[in-house]
Parts: sequence; structure tokens; C-alpha cells
Amino acid sequence: MSTPLLEVQKIGKQFPGVIALQDVDFCIEKGEVLALIGENGAGKSTLMKILAGVYTTDTGQILIDGQPVTIKSVRDAQALGVSLIHQELNVADNLDVAANLYLGREPQHLGVIDRAKLYKDAEALLKRAGFDLDPRAPLRSLSIGHQQLVEIAKAISTDARIIIMDEPTSSLSQHETEALFDVIRDLRGRGISIVYISHRLSEVKEVADRVVGLRDGRNAGALTREEISHESMIKLMVGRELSQLFPHSALTPGEVVLEVKNLRTSLYPEHTASFSLRAGEVVGVAGLVGAGRSEMLNALFGVDSTFGGEVRVAGTLVEPNSVGSAIRAGIGLVPEDRKGQGLVVQMSVRHNMSLSALWKNNYMGVLDRVAEKKISDEMIPRMSIKTPNDMQVVQLLSGGNQQKVVIGKWLALQPRVLLLDEPTRGIDVGAKREIYMLMDELAKAGVAILFVSSDLEEVMGMSDRMLVMHEGCIAGELKREELSEEAVMRLATGHVAA
Amino acid sequence: MKKNLGIFLILMVICAITAYLDPKFLGAYNLQNTIRWSGIYGIMAIGVSLVIITGGIDMTIGSVIGLIGCLLPFLLTKYGWHLRYAIPTVLAISAVIGLVNGLLVTKLRLQPFVVTLCGWLFYRGIVRYIAGDATQGFGTTCQPMKNFLKKNFLEYFTGVPHSFDIPMVFILMLIIAAIFAFFLNRTIWGRYLLALGRNEQAAKFSGIRTDRIIILAYTLSGLLAGLTGIILVANVNSADPSGFGLGYEMYAIAGAVLGGCSLKGGEGSILGVVIGSALLRVLYNSINILGIPTQLEFAVIGIVILIGVMADEVVRRIAAKRAALARIKAA
Repeated sequence: MSTPLLEVQKIGKQFPGVIALQDVDFCIEKGEVLALIGENGAGKSTLMKILAGVYTTDTGQILIDGQPVTIKSVRDAQALGVSLIHQELNVADNLDVAANLYLGREPQHLGVIDRAKLYKDAEALLKRAGFDLDPRAPLRSLSIGHQQLVEIAKAISTDARIIIMDEPTSSLSQHETEALFDVIRDLRGRGISIVYISHRLSEVKEVADRVVGLRDGRNAGALTREEISHESMIKLMVGRELSQLFPHSALTPGEVVLEVKNLRTSLYPEHTASFSLRAGEVVGVAGLVGAGRSEMLNALFGVDSTFGGEVRVAGTLVEPNSVGSAIRAGIGLVPEDRKGQGLVVQMSVRHNMSLSALWKNNYMGVLDRVAEKKISDEMIPRMSIKTPNDMQVVQLLSGGNQQKVVIGKWLALQPRVLLLDEPTRGIDVGAKREIYMLMDELAKAGVAILFVSSDLEEVMGMSDRMLVMHEGCIAGELKREELSEEAVMRLATGHVAA
Repeated sequence: MKKNLGIFLILMVICAITAYLDPKFLGAYNLQNTIRWSGIYGIMAIGVSLVIITGGIDMTIGSVIGLIGCLLPFLLTKYGWHLRYAIPTVLAISAVIGLVNGLLVTKLRLQPFVVTLCGWLFYRGIVRYIAGDATQGFGTTCQPMKNFLKKNFLEYFTGVPHSFDIPMVFILMLIIAAIFAFFLNRTIWGRYLLALGRNEQAAKFSGIRTDRIIILAYTLSGLLAGLTGIILVANVNSADPSGFGLGYEMYAIAGAVLGGCSLKGGEGSILGVVIGSALLRVLYNSINILGIPTQLEFAVIGIVILIGVMADEVVRRIAAKRAALARIKAA
């Protein structure tokens, strides 16, 4: 075997009080797409940050082309040809594409930017990368997918030989994801190596040449192209087989609990959505980014203003644009942005969980602190939330546990309809499964569940029925037995009328 | 709680140093006067702290004090109103001023600073026009009210002066502080206020009508500023429309910030604000007593507040770092 492009030997990294990486070995060949998988906290990010020069190693060594190198800063890493593309893009969206490409290294004379050269270089670079982007387009006019291409082009311009992508598809639509994969394959064709970090196993399966797993900061094993499968990857990550990731078993649904008629959202006021939900049903909502899925949930919950339409829970009309009315009718919403909308992260677990139930738990405005404590005392064990105590500030919990707090907040009100918006985004496999089980348990208890997810695999695995949205309308409805990726995509892209 | 203890210690240290350097500080007259003013500052600081907790700011306070302080004697002397109508009227006016601020901030989504800065100009102009720039006062009328608000606690009830006594105003402030501490910590509206100050979106997604709570905070701030105006004019018996209460919003804000309120919102305790206001007043008194040139007064107060805020930030960062380490440990 020839010398690998990059080799990491027995790398260790310690943070005060915790060993983040221990004796990790790892190598990548020229022109290889290597997927790095592992649960949150397994050490993936730490390892990549070491390669990119954000952290330095404590022990072990890094070899590039067989030669030991020291990477002490991002600049060192770039000089050696290693570029990291962060999950949250580092772009200045008030500037145009060319300015972003050469940010901090603009061609200049005495501090005056040589604009002619800037645009000429940018154009040449984009052409070389094969991206169809206008160097003069303001970045904010581009989709997230295209903004990502700008970052990739930037990496190419520094003559990167290894590009590390940390969860690159977390905010991309299906289409954009496909386009990104084409770019990745093209880069591989030019001999550039890609390290791909993702929680989405189906993507890993599609794009990776090899999979390396980390668990608790150590090597958990590797899979060759032929060995890659869902089961093998899950086993690699959690160290045991998960017989079934999606535990949901379909039941016979009960009465209609939620009826939505001609709902118009602010995003697509010209279109309407109508559907209904039965007790004990889990209904997934699929669609491309921008199809108006979150807007629909927010509108029917009353946080976003609606432009007509009616929502009924068990026959009773819900007052439009009133969250209070929706809550009293028995609707709960686990919003898309956990930290921005779901939680007051500086407040404790107990106070977050009681926040939406205080209208019930008070005597003429005075807090009923006994009832408040009862909620967290009940929910923490029921949802196995890992927290030292219920006065712990939510900020300090992991993403999965934070999400459980948001769900618990609604369970405390015993909702009849639970709306979940991207409930498992950015959560590791173990916590995901716990949330799926909870959804199943709630459905069995007769709660109607409507959930939006961009993870198609998840929607298909959990839904009894699926609504596919396109530009604010329900483009179609699929029964469990009709579910297939092709059917969903056809509806989501608006190719077939329902 | 720890934070309040810290600022309380600073207050005690400044008191101790001043008392050591000049025992006059502990003289009954000086001490009572300082306590009286701490009470007055405390009342308006409690008001503005509620607004600061929402993440807003109320710049109208000084002008509201000016307006109410002049309007009350004006209504009583010029129009011969009875006190029992005049007091509720001026308090209602101050509450309405707060209400208008709140409505503009929530319903029109205007920036609190801009809204209340315009109010600062507007109400000052209005009061100068109404009073024709003439200084207002009660003269020798309204003795019972002045007595109540001016006298000391024991003296008022027993009728005989005591060698040391707590000013009535301070007692009044303590009662108000107790009410608002209860409001903030034990009622759902207080909880809503703290929640929306930190994350208004999340509060909305929890079914809280955040606009109402914000409007309530501005209204209460206006009301307490009006009350401060009444107390102040009863104490000094003369209000000049162009200068009465001028700049007092700064004392209120400084007191609230010293007391641990973050201008980002969501943070603050009433006890802290009370201590912070007292600290401000003690500082002012120390400068006078120690013979530091009064021209330096603002400079000294400014530096002390800055040091206080810097120390707080340093402590906060250390705490955040510790929390991060604890998190790494837990992960």
C-alpha cells in the first residue's frame, strides 16, 4: 500500500477533566471520500479541529505524505492543504461572492483593493471549481447550498488537498444535497480528499468510500465501501445493534382530533392547506426547504399570523393568531429552533418545563410552586432526561436532553395534538431513538402527532401517513404502503398534482 | 443572591471607609438624609429595572418626575384641586405615559431608546409650557402630605423627634420593593417578564402574551417615576420645570445596573436594585463629605459604576468558563 496522504497516529487530546481523544489512528488516501461517524461527544469535531489547526494535540503525531508535520494554527493547516468547512457557514452575507472568496487576502495596493483583479481571480477560480456562480452576486441572494459552494471554492483557492465538511447538509434541501454530492464526487475526481462528517447515515452510504467510526474518543472501527450499511454504521457508533431505529407500529387511528381547513400562511398567502389528523396517528410532513412546512405548523399554533382558514381541535374552533387559544385547545408545538424558540436556555429545567403551564398553575397570578415542581419531578424520569437536578440551567444540557425538556413542557399539559418541527435535528442516534419511542408511546396514548422533518428516512420510518408540501399547499398524501423516496420527491417538487 | 451579597459588601466597604475618614458620615442628620435619598432613588430604579428586564430602557423618568413634580403643586395651587383628586390624577398621567411608551415599543416595534428619548424631550417641553417656566411649590399648603413624606417614621407616628429615625420615604420604598420582589419572583407575570427578557421568541412559543407583559413593565416604570415626582416635590417644596428631575433617569438606570440588571434583559433582582441605588447615593454623599471637589462628582460615580460592571463581567466569564469545563466533564 502506498503512503497515505494524511495519517494520524495515536493522537490524544485532553481537556481539563475529560479525555476527548485517546490513541486515535486514522488515515486518508488521495482522492478518497472518508465519512467520520459517531454520536455527539464521540470526538469527531475535536479530531477535525486538530487537523484544521483549531486545537493542538497532546500526544501522537500527524503525517502528511509520510512526513511528520506540526499544525499549530489554522494558517499552518491551510499551508499544508487542510481546510475545514464549518457546519455554520463563515460567510459575510453583506458582501458579494468575490469579496467572500478573498476575504482577508484581497489583492491590494497600499490597502486599496484591486477590484479588477479581485473579480478576474474570482471568476477564474469559480470556473476552475466548476461552479456556476456570479462573482458579483451578493452572498445573501444565494441559497445556503450556493453559499456552501463559495466556501468550498475558497478552500480550493488555498490549494486544499483535504477538505473537511462538518455536517454540510444539515440545512440543505434534498436537491441541494444531491448537488453537493456531485461536487464532492467531482473534487474526488481531481484527487482532493474529503472528510465528511454527518449524522445522516443514508447520505454517508451514498457518498462515502470508507467509514471511520469513533466512540467515546477512541477508534470504534472502520467499514469499507462494501461493508457500509445502516446496521453496520449504527453498530459502529453505539457499539451494539439497534434492532430497529424506528419503533413506530401503526395502530388503528381513532376520532378526528385536528381539522385544518384552507389555512393560509404569511409565506404563501395565495395558497391554502387543508388536512385532518386522527387520535393516535403519526403523520409526517415532508417537503423541500421553503415549502412552508414550519410556517404551517407555526400558523396553526398561532405564533405566525394567518391569512384565513380555520383550525379545529375535536370540533372546537381555535381562535386564530392566539397561542393561548391553541394551547387551551390541546395543541403543543416543539419548534424548529430549539434554543431560539423552544427554550429559555438560561432558565432551569423546572422553569422551562412549567412555562407553558403557568396559566393553569397559579392562584390569582401567584405561582403554584408545588405544581411546578411536580411537572419536572414527573417528566425527568419519564423522559430519562440526564440532568443533575431540575434547577440545572438548560444551557448546560446536551442537545438531546434539551429537546426532551421542550417535549416535556408540552406533555405536562397532556396535549391532544403534538406538533413537532425537526424534532431530532442535531441530536445523536441514541437520543433520536428515545424521541422516536416517545412519539410512539404518545400515539399509543391517543395523541395525534404531526411532525415535520427534512430527514426523509425519518419521516418514512415514523409516519403512518405522510403529507407532502409544495409552496404552501399539501401537494399530496401518501399512505404508509405508498411511501417511497421517488413518490415523495415527485410531490415535493410539484411534478404531480394530488 | 451571591451577586447581591457582592454589591452589599461594596456598599458596606464604602460606608466603612467614609465613616473612618470622617465620622460626620455616621451623624444622624447625614445618615438620615442619605437613607432618604436612597429611598427616592430606589423607587425609580425599581421601576426602570422592570423595563430593563424586558430588554428595554426608559429614558422618560426624569421628565416624568419633572412633569408630575410641577403638575401636582400647579393643580393644587392654581386650580385649587383637592389632594384626593390631584394625586390619583397625576399618578394616572404618569402611568399613561408609561403605557404609551409600552404600546409604541410593542405594537409599532419601535426601539425603546428612541421612543423614550422622544418622550424625555416631549414631556420636559410640555411641563415647561404648562408651568410657563415658573417654579411650582405648595407654599405652606398641604402640610399633612408633606409631613407624611418628609418626616421620619417614629417621629411621624409618635409626634416627637428621635435621635435616630428612619425616613418615611425609605419605609415606603421598602414596602414597594417588597411588593415588586413578590411580583417578580412569585407571580406568573414576574416569571413571564424574566422569561421574555431572555428569550421573547421562546416566551411567545410558550403561549405568553409578551406584548402585554412588556406594556405592563413600562406602565409600572411610568407610575413609579410619577410617585418619585410626588415624593420629591413634597420633600423639597419647589419644582423648577426646566430642571426638576433632570437626568434622574440616569441615576435610576445606574442603580439598576449596579444592582445586577443586564441591559440585555432577563436578569435582575429587586433587592439588588435597592442596594445598587443606595450605593449610588452613598457614593455621592462620600464625595461631599470627604471634600473631593464636587466638580469630580460625576467622574467618580462614572468610574465606580464602570469598575463595578467590569468586575461583574470578569466574574461572569470565569463562571462561564467553569460551566464549560463542567460540561466537558459531563460529556
